[in-house]
Amino acid sequence: MLEVSGLTKTYPTGDRALRGVTFTVDRPEAVFVIGPSGAGKSTLLRCINRLVEPDAGVVRLAGVEVTRLAGRALREARRAMGMIFQEFNLVERLTVMENVLSGRLGYVTTWQAWRRRFPPEDVEAAFRTLARVGLEGFEHKRADELSGGQRQRVGIARALVQRPKILLVDEPTSSLDPRTAEAVMRLIVELAAEDGIPALVNMHDVPLARAFARRILGLNAGRIVYDGPVEGLTEDVLERIYGDAGRPVEAPA
Amino acid sequence: MSAGRPPARYRPPSLWPRPWMGPVVSAAALAFLAWNAASLEVDPARVARGLARVRDVAARAVPPDFGRLDLLGAGVLESVEIATLSTLFGVLLGLPVAVLAARTVVPLPVYAVGRAVVALGRTFHELIVAILFVKAVGFGPLAGVLTLTVNSVGFFSKLLAEEIERMDRGQIEAVRATGANPVQVLLYGVLPQVLPRIVGLTVYQWDIHLRQSTIIGIVGAGGIGATLYNAFARYDFDFALAILLVIVLIVLAGEAVSALARQRVQ
Repeated sequence: MLEVSGLTKTYPTGDRALRGVTFTVDRPEAVFVIGPSGAGKSTLLRCINRLVEPDAGVVRLAGVEVTRLAGRALREARRAMGMIFQEFNLVERLTVMENVLSGRLGYVTTWQAWRRRFPPEDVEAAFRTLARVGLEGFEHKRADELSGGQRQRVGIARALVQRPKILLVDEPTSSLDPRTAEAVMRLIVELAAEDGIPALVNMHDVPLARAFARRILGLNAGRIVYDGPVEGLTEDVLERIYGDAGRPVEAPA
Repeated sequence: MSAGRPPARYRPPSLWPRPWMGPVVSAAALAFLAWNAASLEVDPARVARGLARVRDVAARAVPPDFGRLDLLGAGVLESVEIATLSTLFGVLLGLPVAVLAARTVVPLPVYAVGRAVVALGRTFHELIVAILFVKAVGFGPLAGVLTLTVNSVGFFSKLLAEEIERMDRGQIEAVRATGANPVQVLLYGVLPQVLPRIVGLTVYQWDIHLRQSTIIGIVGAGGIGATLYNAFARYDFDFALAILLVIVLIVLAGEAVSALARQRVQ
């Protein structure tokens, strides 16, 4: 499904975010990427759908080499990847339904988008998806009227309505309280499973990742230092991933 | 830290690199002010004579003469037309210029061109632009519309470009991530964020144009300003007062419309 190999990214600031990341997701499972802040988790997701341009390496989704595409072909690859964001990134002044329908932008013409005329089957799918995330009847609400948990549900609906081949999920719960975080995480994992698609989930909250993950990718300083089942996440492994950051810092005497 | 009590007085460090600089600069500024006042030759006798003349003008202006309604109406209508048309053209031209002049959405060379256009539009006062256009296309409202259109491209696109630069990047990123093309990103990511500002600026721009259209008439670019200038030239101070009162009314009406519009779009 998703093959990533040798992915490298150095920012103009000299920050080496990714140093040759290689892994494969070959079945519809939730893969959790954990690692300290600055390990390159966000960059990794954004290099996969090329919101950030990688310097080197190959990304292949369902056989298509995403890293070679440009223009329309790249946008068609992008619409096959649903992205969910830490800060929800809803367009605040649009209604819930407009936000969900914006997930179909990759499928409609600019003229249709301008007139807000989405094909009837798209609108139907959007309403159904809204119901799936538990927001039936919210279509007319403006995004900025919603609570954090509701916003993220809209974000999930927007990603799912793309009919993606994979979900790219960037710290989906960091802006939420623990209870809502768990509910949202459960929703993402369950809906991805229902649709039979994998989800690549960045997460700094290790206990939450443990609760939902089968497979863990440990990222440290732009390199994958662990790739395996959640059961293998021992103290040793955690220290490899988090290094000193994993241990409480003692004040020097 | 040395032992003993901490100081009981505190002053922030001086802004001047040397303590003597403050008094010297203050003295120089005072001297410059005094020299300005002296060289303007403000003459109390002239001020007194002028005040007497102001009383005379005021007396002859009251009561205002609304008798020449046809002349007044035609002038007002032309001013409103100039203001409305130039706002329409200015906004239509200003929208793309604003996008080009927003650093965060276009590459650097494009941005440089966009900023240059904005700067050019803002370089000259509308009176100077009006004189140029009156020379080019002759007396009348066409010169006024052209003047204010040029004027508004600078104003409108500069403020809108700054609003575009202040947008939430996350919302744009999310729309891009759906596979939307650049125009769709503008429609779904950028436009919703800046729409209230566009409406507010458009109404404000119209409001400004209404006032400017009364001024540029004086150099021949049409509108109520021309009527006002003629009234003053013929010492018809009562008619001039009527015109001024109407201008106040128009500007107040514009203010009310602008407040309403901004309330609706939030």
